[in-house]
Amino acid sequence: MTEERPKSDLDGLQERIDDARERGTFWTKDEIDGSKPPKSALGLAFRVGIELVSAVAVGLGIGWLLDRWLDTKPWLMLVFIILGGCAGILNVYRMARGFGYAPGYQRGNTPSDGTDRQS
Amino acid sequence: MAEKHSPLAQFEIKTLVPLDFGGVNVSFTNSSLFMVATVVVVSLFLILAMRRAALVPGRWQSIAELSYVFVANVMKDTVGSEGRKYFPFIFTVFMFILFGNLLGMLPYSFTFTSHIIVTFTIAAVIFVGVTLIALAKHKMHFFSFFMPPGVPMLLAPLLVPIEIISYLSRPISLSVRLFANMLAGHTLLKVFAGFIVSLGVFGIAPWAFVVALTGLEIVIAFLQAFVFTMLTCLYLNDALHLH
Repeated sequence: MTEERPKSDLDGLQERIDDARERGTFWTKDEIDGSKPPKSALGLAFRVGIELVSAVAVGLGIGWLLDRWLDTKPWLMLVFIILGGCAGILNVYRMARGFGYAPGYQRGNTPSDGTDRQS
Repeated sequence: MAEKHSPLAQFEIKTLVPLDFGGVNVSFTNSSLFMVATVVVVSLFLILAMRRAALVPGRWQSIAELSYVFVANVMKDTVGSEGRKYFPFIFTVFMFILFGNLLGMLPYSFTFTSHIIVTFTIAAVIFVGVTLIALAKHKMHFFSFFMPPGVPMLLAPLLVPIEIISYLSRPISLSVRLFANMLAGHTLLKVFAGFIVSLGVFGIAPWAFVVALTGLEIVIAFLQAFVFTMLTCLYLNDALHLH
């Protein structure tokens, strides 16, 4: 008797609801696209500059504080400026390769399942 | 054309109510005024829009729901379901920065996000909070963050400081990005606006440019609030899932 009934909006409603519940619960993660670099070239260029400069600034700050503490002016500051430059280049490299800020040098993180990230 | 009309005059902090708290200057300034205004506007917007929460949303309710869904989507894509309990904080940060940027677009208003101290304080709170979350969740394992897997021990003395600097540079790049964008955009607007009068009839050219630039600035106001939120989510993701 169900075959002859005209199809209405209510047919299979429960199925559709269940289906929507399963895939659509808002918090299930379906893809990772947040770690991609920004799309516009200007935004990207701006970000590269800031990453480089901020890492050097942090290196400078750490070196300066360590120098003041250990009384080794100016050697640690010089060392840490160079390390800061390395960190800046590393930041840019990671950003460009598209794995955000995750440490490590492996190619992009692929999510193992819906919830977790693997490296 | 005194110094009052300099393109940077708009960023000047003016004390409205002088206050002194134990030798610390805690005066209520125009910056504080606009922060309070932002909080009030955001609260009013969300409360009034959701006052009559209908199944079929009206105009205002749609906007409120849209902002919720937008932030939730960013969190979902970057952090996943584990970030759910941090949603209120992320949403607050997003709305605060977005409305701060947008209120700053009103003529004669003050953009508090164009001050590094404001953005850096927000970034520092996020940075400390995220680090504490990571420490609470992973205990000592957190420090493996600074030693990437698959690196020979020989390189550790070189790599660990670099990783630590890279980690510490996060709040700085986060705050400088927002601050520099707002500062540069507003200064540019003011500089071109200054050309309009001095060029007389030909002022129509910079005038048209300023109109276009205002549109661009509003886009940037959204974009920077989004970028700030997204990077916060990325840091949170690193803290929750480590590597």
